[in-house]
Amino acid sequence: MTIAAKANSVWEYANPKKFLATSERVLPFFWVTSALCVGIGLIWGFFFTPDDYKQGSTVKIIYLHVPSALMAINCWLMMLATSLIWLIRRHHVSALAARAAAPVGIVMTLIALATGAIWGQPMWGTWWAWDPRLTSFLILFLFYLGYVALWQAIDDPDTAADLTSILCLVGSVFAILSRYAVNFWNQGLHQGASVMRAGAITGTDTEEKVSNVFFYPLLFCIIGFVLLFIALVLYRTGTEIRARRMRALLARERVGG
Amino acid sequence: MIPDLGKYADTVLSAYAVSILLLIGLVVFSLLRGRKVRTQMEQVEQRVTRNG
Repeated sequence: MTIAAKANSVWEYANPKKFLATSERVLPFFWVTSALCVGIGLIWGFFFTPDDYKQGSTVKIIYLHVPSALMAINCWLMMLATSLIWLIRRHHVSALAARAAAPVGIVMTLIALATGAIWGQPMWGTWWAWDPRLTSFLILFLFYLGYVALWQAIDDPDTAADLTSILCLVGSVFAILSRYAVNFWNQGLHQGASVMRAGAITGTDTEEKVSNVFFYPLLFCIIGFVLLFIALVLYRTGTEIRARRMRALLARERVGG
Repeated sequence: MIPDLGKYADTVLSAYAVSILLLIGLVVFSLLRGRKVRTQMEQVEQRVTRNG
């Protein structure tokens, strides 16, 4: 099979039956590995890592805060990709995948905001500040709510997919800002990247990077959250496909009298 | 069993409690809705097939 033919075979999954069959086959793997990775990461981080010399035991919040914030942003980027596929190629499965991912993104953003506020209170002396990263994250959260509300508000599924895809394109600005706000505006309380920074890992910059004692369990949590996200989106997309088919059957039944 | 979290025990435990509750809630809600929709779809499919 040529590379072009292999690339084209991706579109086979636009067929709902093929998508459901494949996702049901791979889902047990994602459920089990995500539970294992999150479990190992959280137990290792909570029970077997030392306190930070500056932040004390609050450093343990990193194992929930960083993976959830990472997934909150990447979830929106996944929705952006599937929305673009819908707008360009009109594959229903891609629009339904974006719809299925949105509540997962809401929960991830909520966890990031809540753990950030809980962590910020003793460290910064405040639950909330209108800091560039915090503010762009709050706006991203509102975009998620607006996205879900828009799907609910429109009866025709194709019109809803069109409008939510446009909203997703607009909201992507805030998804990207949430990640890079601390680089664009060198102000505010939130620190810059200290985990996933290529320069710190290769040693080409001298800024502080999170210690390996905390990094390894964090890596488990990040991988676990990614796998959990995949499991949830595959499962929820299957649910959306079935709900769509059910609506179509009911509509046919009504027309048939 | 719980490690000594010092003066930040409430902070750390509340962050874990909120996050784990939200995660479990998301998974349980997704599974319950998935199961419900699957059952409903099967019923509708059977009815439509029966009625031609």
